[in-house]
Amino acid sequence: MERSETEEPQRVIASIDEVDAGLEAAGYIASRRISTAMFIAHHLRKPILVEGPAGVGKTELAKSVASWLMLPLIRIQCYEGLDEAKALYEWKYGKQLLYTQILRDKVGSMIGEEEDLRSAIEKLHSFGDVFFSKRFLEPRPLLRALEQPHGAVLLIDEIDKSDQEFEAFLLEILSDYQVTIPEIGSVVAVVPPVVLLTSNSTRDLGDALKRRCLHLHIGFPDEKLESRIISSRVPGIDARLLAQLVSFVQQLRTLDLKKLPSVSESIDWAKVLVLMHSAVLTEELVRDTLNVLLKFESDIEAAGKRVAELTRKAQQALA
Amino acid sequence: MSEASASEPLRRFLQVARGAGLRISAAEGIDAARALDLVGYADREILKDTLGTILAKTLDEKVLYDETFELFFRPNAFSERRDASAASEPQAQNPWSASEPRGMGAGGGQSLSELLESDDRAALATAMEMAAREAGIQRIRYLTQKNMYVLDIMNRMGLRAVQQEMDALLDAGTPADTARAERLERGVERLRDATRDFVERNLLLYARGETEQLRERILKSARLANLSPQELERMRVLVRKMAKRLATRYARIQRRRQRGQLDIRHTLRQNMGWGGIPFVTAWKHKHLEKPRLMVLCDVSGSVAWVSQFLLMFVYALTDVLSDIRSFAYSDSTIEVSDILEREPFETAIARVATLMGFGSSNYGSALAEFERGWMQDVTNKTTVIILGDARGNNTDPRTDVLDRISKRAKRLIWLNPEGRGSWGAGDSDMYRYAPYCSMVRVCSTLEHLERVIGELLEKR
Repeated sequence: MERSETEEPQRVIASIDEVDAGLEAAGYIASRRISTAMFIAHHLRKPILVEGPAGVGKTELAKSVASWLMLPLIRIQCYEGLDEAKALYEWKYGKQLLYTQILRDKVGSMIGEEEDLRSAIEKLHSFGDVFFSKRFLEPRPLLRALEQPHGAVLLIDEIDKSDQEFEAFLLEILSDYQVTIPEIGSVVAVVPPVVLLTSNSTRDLGDALKRRCLHLHIGFPDEKLESRIISSRVPGIDARLLAQLVSFVQQLRTLDLKKLPSVSESIDWAKVLVLMHSAVLTEELVRDTLNVLLKFESDIEAAGKRVAELTRKAQQALA
Repeated sequence: MSEASASEPLRRFLQVARGAGLRISAAEGIDAARALDLVGYADREILKDTLGTILAKTLDEKVLYDETFELFFRPNAFSERRDASAASEPQAQNPWSASEPRGMGAGGGQSLSELLESDDRAALATAMEMAAREAGIQRIRYLTQKNMYVLDIMNRMGLRAVQQEMDALLDAGTPADTARAERLERGVERLRDATRDFVERNLLLYARGETEQLRERILKSARLANLSPQELERMRVLVRKMAKRLATRYARIQRRRQRGQLDIRHTLRQNMGWGGIPFVTAWKHKHLEKPRLMVLCDVSGSVAWVSQFLLMFVYALTDVLSDIRSFAYSDSTIEVSDILEREPFETAIARVATLMGFGSSNYGSALAEFERGWMQDVTNKTTVIILGDARGNNTDPRTDVLDRISKRAKRLIWLNPEGRGSWGAGDSDMYRYAPYCSMVRVCSTLEHLERVIGELLEKR
């Protein structure tokens, strides 16, 4: 943390409103809570752990932050069995092997000069580390994020899908922005990256990880925010249709469904409706396109019974 | 920067939040202080979001945090009611402002009677806050302390002087003085209400977490047989909570590495690309199996209570246990697995009890029946748990059956709700059974249950 403000090429964000405006310019309509969290994270240099249902824009947030700050986005998708060889670095075994083969004669002749085994080994020792230097290191996403000259946005997606060991392994990066490679030593970030972790809460994350992160929960947006999001993503949409659509989706979320429609689904739906040149929501239209919003047969069936009533209510929504 | 340099309101809030059950580390406290230096206290929403991202890290904690924040940063009762009361009693206001203020203030500040008469609510609120802090309101823990604190705070605000003044006015007896005394009386009454309100709110803030924790501690170590029906619902919640904690702890450990043993086949296969030179090594590991469980529960007499909680516990753990089969016995044995799986727990337990009737226990015949009906399902992967007081009313204990079960099963655990002192006394056959069990434990409280099931999951 000592290196903080001195050598920074990174810009300093002055206010929460600036975050709001920046994200909006990048096409992401953030709630106040999201902007506040980004602002705090920027100043405290802390990773943010973003939780919430699927499709509310957790991954999108990272992309937008990257495009707003004009930093490269480095993404690592977690899954069971992900280990440091795939996340951090890997030795280029092939290259090491190839080089030793090519250099075999050279090595042979150099060692050949020595008269006994002991001094041959001494000789080998003196240049043995050559094959374990950075030249033979294949950087994986985490290491790349630390090595970016102007910083980066590091997105660790669906951390809850990874193993517990991997979670523990992340702790060093998250708190000190450095990693330790046994053969080489510690690699410290050139510029600390902006780190976002996302989780769908399929399992509880460890306390140690949570303590190192700020926690942001993104839920379903309210009617006003959702209209703003959709109109920014689907620019051509008619205001009346938008109001009806949002009202319908919001009502749908109050039903007892297996998977509630998320923001990404309502954006898709809006796109479909615009493509179909519909100006208002009708019951028939809703029935035909319900499969865009709902992904389970049982949900479509359950919601199908209420479509007439929900559409009627939605039609009363004012633009 | 240390937590000590955090501003006073933040420090108090952290204390309150910890009391309410949020786990906040010192590092998080420091983060909160640093964040507040950035955003300040001016905007309440931003303040709430900021502290929320730092202090509350699960959905449950967010709910708790929101409640605590609303309670703590709620505007004082005085300033809140200011407009409402001004609107509702204008006639009461007028004579007050007309009345002539009397100089009784000590130092620069006004006396309480003046504040009451002028109805300066902001000043009253400040005075109350100060008096409350002097009285040590943050140490309030129990409802019974409420009146004590109310009185203490009002005394510190100068109630006694007001009362003396009122007595003097009444003694004087002129109509004007009497009217003034009455006005003061009303003011004191209002002050008392506000103070009571204030103290109650603080009681909620400071004591909620601790009383909750205290109750839980008491319930966990209370003998299950002695519980009153009112406590039953709380116990159910508690059992679910404990089971969830055990489940998350053990769900993760599915395999354990056997350190130092090379998995040669796997290693060779992985290194084919490099001509079999082992650059990447693979190690053997052991897959840990979920325990298969057969639970035999005595449903007669006082043991029935413990049985109920054991079954609740076991069925809340379906994530980390596999193939749970449960049996109820008193003088005979029946399988109750599907009743417990199908029906909600409250009715299922009652159903089991009526199915069994209230026969007196006969361990010998119950065990024999278990052997006849279900012995073929006991394998070397099965853990058998028997819950009972081993009091067979002087019938044949049939230890030979238990011996055979023990030999077939992976483990045989006997849980006895009676204390060790009474084992072997009277018709108790506990010491006859004990040699065949891999583990015998006293089990009469939730804590015992948790420990036993923890051990079960630990030693897979």
